[in-house]
Amino acid sequence: MSYVRLVDVQKRFGQVVAVDRLNLGIEKGECFSMLGPSGCGKTTTLRMIAGFEDLNEGEIHVGDRLLSSSRKRFYLPPEKRDFGMVFQAFAVWPHLTVYENVAFPLRLRKLPTSDIERRTHGALEATNLLDVAQKSPASLSGGGKQRVALARALAINPDVMLLDEPLSSLDPHLREEMRFEIKDLQRQFGFSIIYVTHDQSEAMALSDRILVMRLGVVQQIDTPLNVYSHPANRFVFSFIGLSNFLDVERDGDGPCRVAGGGGTLPVSPPAGMGSRLSLAFRPQEVGFGTKGTVDGEVQRKSFLGEVVDYQIKVGEQSVRVQTGRRSPGPEAGETCHLDIRRPFWYPAEEPEG
Amino acid sequence: MSFSLKKGETFGTAQIILFLSIAILVIVVAVPVLLIFANAFWDNNGNFNLHDVMNVLREPDTYQALLNSVIIASGTTIGSTTIGTFFAWLVTRTDLPCKKFMKAMFLVPFMLPSFIGALAWKMLLSPRAGYINRFFMDIFNLDEPFFNIYSYLGIVLVEIMYLFPFVFIQVCGALERMDPTLEESARISGAGLGTITRKITIPLVLPSILSGALLIMLYSMAHFGTVAVLGIENGIYNIPTLIYERIHQSAGSFESIRTGTVLASVLVVSAAFIIWMQNKILSKGHFQIIAGKSFRPMELKLRGLRIPLLVACCTYIAITIVLPTAVIFLVGALPTYGMPFTWENLSLENYKFILFDNQLTKDAIFNSVSLGLSAALITMFTGVMISYVIVKMKVRGKGVLEFLGMLPFSVPGSVIALGVILAWSGKFGINIYNTVWIILLAYIARYMAFSLKANSAALEQVHDSLVEAARACGATMWQALKDIVLPLVRPGMLAAFFLIFLPSLRELTVSIMLYAPTTRTIGVAIYTLNEDGETVVSAALAGVALVLIITGQSIINRFIARTTKG
Ligand SMILES: Nc1ncnc2c1ncn2[C@@H]1O[C@H](COP(=O)(O)OP(=O)(O)OP(=O)(O)O)[C@@H](O)[C@H]1O
Ligand SMILES: [Mg+2]
Repeated sequence: MSYVRLVDVQKRFGQVVAVDRLNLGIEKGECFSMLGPSGCGKTTTLRMIAGFEDLNEGEIHVGDRLLSSSRKRFYLPPEKRDFGMVFQAFAVWPHLTVYENVAFPLRLRKLPTSDIERRTHGALEATNLLDVAQKSPASLSGGGKQRVALARALAINPDVMLLDEPLSSLDPHLREEMRFEIKDLQRQFGFSIIYVTHDQSEAMALSDRILVMRLGVVQQIDTPLNVYSHPANRFVFSFIGLSNFLDVERDGDGPCRVAGGGGTLPVSPPAGMGSRLSLAFRPQEVGFGTKGTVDGEVQRKSFLGEVVDYQIKVGEQSVRVQTGRRSPGPEAGETCHLDIRRPFWYPAEEPEG
Repeated sequence: MSFSLKKGETFGTAQIILFLSIAILVIVVAVPVLLIFANAFWDNNGNFNLHDVMNVLREPDTYQALLNSVIIASGTTIGSTTIGTFFAWLVTRTDLPCKKFMKAMFLVPFMLPSFIGALAWKMLLSPRAGYINRFFMDIFNLDEPFFNIYSYLGIVLVEIMYLFPFVFIQVCGALERMDPTLEESARISGAGLGTITRKITIPLVLPSILSGALLIMLYSMAHFGTVAVLGIENGIYNIPTLIYERIHQSAGSFESIRTGTVLASVLVVSAAFIIWMQNKILSKGHFQIIAGKSFRPMELKLRGLRIPLLVACCTYIAITIVLPTAVIFLVGALPTYGMPFTWENLSLENYKFILFDNQLTKDAIFNSVSLGLSAALITMFTGVMISYVIVKMKVRGKGVLEFLGMLPFSVPGSVIALGVILAWSGKFGINIYNTVWIILLAYIARYMAFSLKANSAALEQVHDSLVEAARACGATMWQALKDIVLPLVRPGMLAAFFLIFLPSLRELTVSIMLYAPTTRTIGVAIYTLNEDGETVVSAALAGVALVLIITGQSIINRFIARTTKG
């Protein structure tokens, strides 16, 4: 049985269903990320786990403890859950020193003074803050403040660490560095991480598993590799990484044609998907081939450093292709033929409404 | 920079504006204050004489007045800060019902003039005749009054009722802007709501609490009305009331002016010290606790205390706001003070009398409205000019103006009044004593601080690049001012106008020292009528003043709501 369990959790704010029928299990020591566009319910889920929000349906357990239950109207208050939590806006207390910030949760637990000192020291050491322990956190940079927040969360040695976009207030360079620091701390202390982000590369780099969410509904829960290479649906495919979609048509079991002109496809979808389909592929998984494949015309070619990026017109649709900078390719204005190496098939997109 | 010092083009204009600004502040504020210091510290032979100053301070009356100012101000500050912080916490951090309404009600005392409140409490709780005292004495056959409002405690309690909003509004603002995750992270660290309030919330808003407390301290030290109405009866004087007493009784004798100026100097110095402290607290201790994006802050569930606290708040509002206001209107409707409030006794006779028949009250209303309008207009325009120089211009000699611009903030009303008497009763060949002009001058000096504050705030919002862009488009400096700057600072100017007009309608501290028989203001008329025992007429006039003030305030509120919306 998983360590943290969310069973049929639902949360509504008035008419808005922020989180719908969420079932989730997170293992001990796992790094689990929640990923999705803005407003999809990531923060709400995390705050329900932390105990800041009540549930409209469902239950939350950690180990053999019941934390929240809408049916029993039981909610263990956040201060009794013994989690560590880090917020986006740092939330370090400017009227206390760095040391006092980190010692705060330990003091509340009425530990012996020597224990408090030892564990505060340990947390400060792990986050490289010993030098600034007596300073005010207001005098630190954004990265420094976030380290204080991390140390404070670590101090009680929690089993579960909740992180809500902890790095998105930092500049990109620092963000990458802190990512690895968090991972190192996890290895050292062995806590589970529940990590909220809308930065997919962050989620990929850190996580054992990723949850992709949309409008409060879970789309896929899987390892980073599987989410990327076996996306569960069209939304996940388009949300993770770069993506292309081509509308295609088909008569019965015949070959597929690109809608609006652009040739016939050499590959066929699995049977029984209907006559109007979407062909999805990644820009990196296309090559320039010989005649007989999809025909297109290069509209724009841009050199981006290691890769060359093409905007290609296929009939009335447009796709993006990226190749290595050394591989040969057509110039802007020339016609070309696309060789799609890894096609994904999805039902044609419903008209927006 | 909008005003460059390219020689030949704007040199003249900039210097003229600077000179004008300095001249205004010198004439209106600096000269009166300097004269006060001069009179206090130099004797009539022109020698610096600290010995005499010490003697004045050692006189039992002066010494007692100083002590009383400190006692009353301390009591008021402690009480108002406690109440203000508690109510602010209650309406921002708990699940108290009808919080919006409560918040609005707690701000009402801002509008009510405290000396009218003191008058109302006198009618209710004066030891012999007060309605509440008589009620309890009759019911329980007491020989002693239930509560004597003519006491330190009475004065302090009445001042608290009218001053606590200063702390309330500051702390409310700080609590509303505070990042809620600061409290949530304490919660997840294991702190209960009580601990969070003590260890996190209160320390984080402490700078706002202290700054509000100092404001109250400043106000209460220099406050005339409440002590004049409730203290003098029992011989309790504070600094402003003793200054008034001395100047008023002894008609400008050297001794009394000496005492007055020494006391006024003490007031100026303490005010300057308080303002200095406040700036220090605000600049040093002001934590960056402003929220980015955030949720609603946590609300403490009051549970069993929810209804008792609601009842307590409503009772507080009923006793401190509704009751005194109602008493003013009711007493104003009686033929003589002390009669019971029965239907047969109540009539509109007094109101008719003061509005149509009585020359004194008609004059007072006319004087207050015209003085208020002129003071507000003049101060608004000079304020915008002076703020413009301070905030936007780079000219040599601006430092002088910046210093002068600080002065109005630290000069209390009674000091200004004494100062203008010294300056404009013939000393420089101009004698406007006993005319409305001296009151107007004093009003301008007194309210300049409001205008400077509102206008600088508005001007700081106008980024220099806006003017530069206009100049780059080919506008001359005057066109840029007229078309770009003026429209952008208009809200600040309007705010300044109302910030001056409404308080001046109910002004007492300054005009009581300067009035002549035909130049009474509403405040003076209410006060003197009450002193002369015309309690019901005075109450009726106070009622009219309240109607004027409340109407004015609602017009402004509607106006502000409209301008901020669109
Ligand atoms: N306290 C609240 N009251 C009302 N609606 C809320 C509240 N909190 C969240 N919501 C709504 O619930 C939905 C999910 O919000 P949530 O903050 O969980 O999104 P998110 O995935 O964290 O987004 P972001 O990436 O922008 O942080 C949104 O539609 C939001 O408007
Ligand atoms: Mg969020």
